[in-house]
Amino acid sequence: MLAFTLRRAIQAIGVMLAVGIISFSMFRFAGDPVNQIVSLDTSAAEREAVRKSLGLDDPVVMQFARYFGNAAQFKFGVSYQFRQPVSSLLAERMPATLELAICATIFAMVFGILMGVYSALKRDSALAKIFQAVSLIGISLPTFLIGILLIYLFSVTLGWLPSFGRGDVVRVGWWTTGLLTLSGLKALILPSITLGLFQLTLIMRLVRAEMLEVLRTDYIRFARARGLTTRAIHFGHALKNTLVPVITVAGLQFGSVIAFAIITETVFQWPGMGLLFVQAVQNVDIPIMAAYLLMVSLIFVTINLVVDILYTVVDPRLRSTIRRPA
Amino acid sequence: MTNPVLSVRNLEVEFHTRRSILHAINGISFDIAKGEVLGVVGESGAGKSVTGLAVIGLIDPPGRISGGEIYLSGMRIDHLPPEEIRRIRGKRIGMIFQDPLTSLNPLYKIGDQIVETIRTHLNLSETAARKRAIDLLAEVGIPAPEKRIDAYPHEFSGGMRQRVVIALAICAEPDLIIADEPTTALDVSVQAQIISLIKRLGRDHGTAVMLVTHDMGVIAETSDRVAVMYSGRIAEIGPVQDVVQNPLHPYAKGLMGAIPTLAGEDKRLVQIPGSMPRLSAIPNGCSFNPRCGFVFDRCRVERPEPIAHGTQAVACHLYDAAPKTAIKETAA
Repeated sequence: MLAFTLRRAIQAIGVMLAVGIISFSMFRFAGDPVNQIVSLDTSAAEREAVRKSLGLDDPVVMQFARYFGNAAQFKFGVSYQFRQPVSSLLAERMPATLELAICATIFAMVFGILMGVYSALKRDSALAKIFQAVSLIGISLPTFLIGILLIYLFSVTLGWLPSFGRGDVVRVGWWTTGLLTLSGLKALILPSITLGLFQLTLIMRLVRAEMLEVLRTDYIRFARARGLTTRAIHFGHALKNTLVPVITVAGLQFGSVIAFAIITETVFQWPGMGLLFVQAVQNVDIPIMAAYLLMVSLIFVTINLVVDILYTVVDPRLRSTIRRPA
Repeated sequence: MTNPVLSVRNLEVEFHTRRSILHAINGISFDIAKGEVLGVVGESGAGKSVTGLAVIGLIDPPGRISGGEIYLSGMRIDHLPPEEIRRIRGKRIGMIFQDPLTSLNPLYKIGDQIVETIRTHLNLSETAARKRAIDLLAEVGIPAPEKRIDAYPHEFSGGMRQRVVIALAICAEPDLIIADEPTTALDVSVQAQIISLIKRLGRDHGTAVMLVTHDMGVIAETSDRVAVMYSGRIAEIGPVQDVVQNPLHPYAKGLMGAIPTLAGEDKRLVQIPGSMPRLSAIPNGCSFNPRCGFVFDRCRVERPEPIAHGTQAVACHLYDAAPKTAIKETAA
């Protein structure tokens, strides 16, 4: 088990190195970094001095090693537009994005699994058919449109919920949270639904398909022949087997929830990392873009690792193959 | 004879498909007494497994029991509401399926699965149920049961898993065990062990056993009586010795002729020409008539009903006293 985790961790570092190269090369592709720092009337000598002071005359490999070493310590340089360290900018924005992503995922998981199980068990009921039809809409409508529709309905027409921002936030250490104030919670509802709707429909359809598959297996038939109650068969035996693939998908989706938060955050002017990234793109603020790329990859890689480990917790068969590699 | 454990009367099972209604079981009747093993043989699709599933109440839509009665120790069980038949399943009727590799839930320890089943049917505490589970595992021949009880299904071989399945089937001391091809998926050396285990359990507990198989060797070894099924009907039923040594029905004759013997001369095994009719195209009269070497006019129009003939009962017009003269002409 330890060897397995270690092996996966080394693979994860490899992935991060590759992403680091891409992120590093962004600085070069966008032109000479010195030109972006100095003004038009800076003399050539002064430019050379800047170049030297920033270490830009070192070999590329050296520069990359320095960049990656700094990035590993969460030092991403200084933002061109804000003149502040990127790491503190990201740290300031991260709680907003994470709270949104976690709420959206919980919303998607809870309703996705409930609706999926229901539509698998009561396959022919009217409600199950409605779920199926609505889930198609959820999968095919783009996120920004859903966001705008929700704003129109609940903020503009009904006036129940705020249409933008995070509401009042409370500072707990360095973490700012909107979960402790009423306006913060109200502000969280619409963005969470917008961000989670796609995942919800995905999880619902996956749970339904998996559950139907599991209900056809021999061990479910045998469980029925053993006279177990329908409840025990559906929720004890079938659901647990259904959740094995659902964990993977939901886990991997958490990464894309954070990545896709860019759109939702833009629509709702949510002060998170995604909005910061969009502003950075508009202003060619490369340190922020590069750091964002690294952060999102790190989150993805970490989630992958956690999902792999979670897998072995749920499925005993994997545990033994890991213990005794073939 | 006292009340049989299982009594099936004119059972009919049909499957509704988009195009038509298929009759999988066409009016079969049989009894199984306490401690008796009834072997049910026949080709694939003869209705052997469907009969077993019908008895335990596991025919799922689009299939349904469309006629006849099933009695368990005198109590009618075929029309019970789902919750009541559920209480009978596992408690009074145990079932063993064909493939032990897929019969157990891979995510639960075998002990948990046995304890769960015991506690569903018997009013026992967690520890008492666990103790009973260990005893059961010992009884079905699993070595070191107090250790193995915490193992997962994938940590057992096929034969051992079938033993676990059997332990699950007998955990509430059922009156009847339905074993649906319990040895088909196992290799030959393990088959014999499983068969003798089922036989021993039946004897020790006085459990009636309905053994579904297409292996005549298994039947000859285990069963007291045998029912030969052909396209949803019982062609012949009787004590296993009589049916094997002196089969009456032409189909049973063909079946017995197809068993290789070690002592026999180097003869070609007998083959029954043709194949069993599909459920959508069962011929009129006797369903075996297109393949029968003794066929005569009556076979093509009238469906034969079982006729007592010595210890056996056979559904064939050849044994009906009246038109016997006609036979010789056609057969010649």
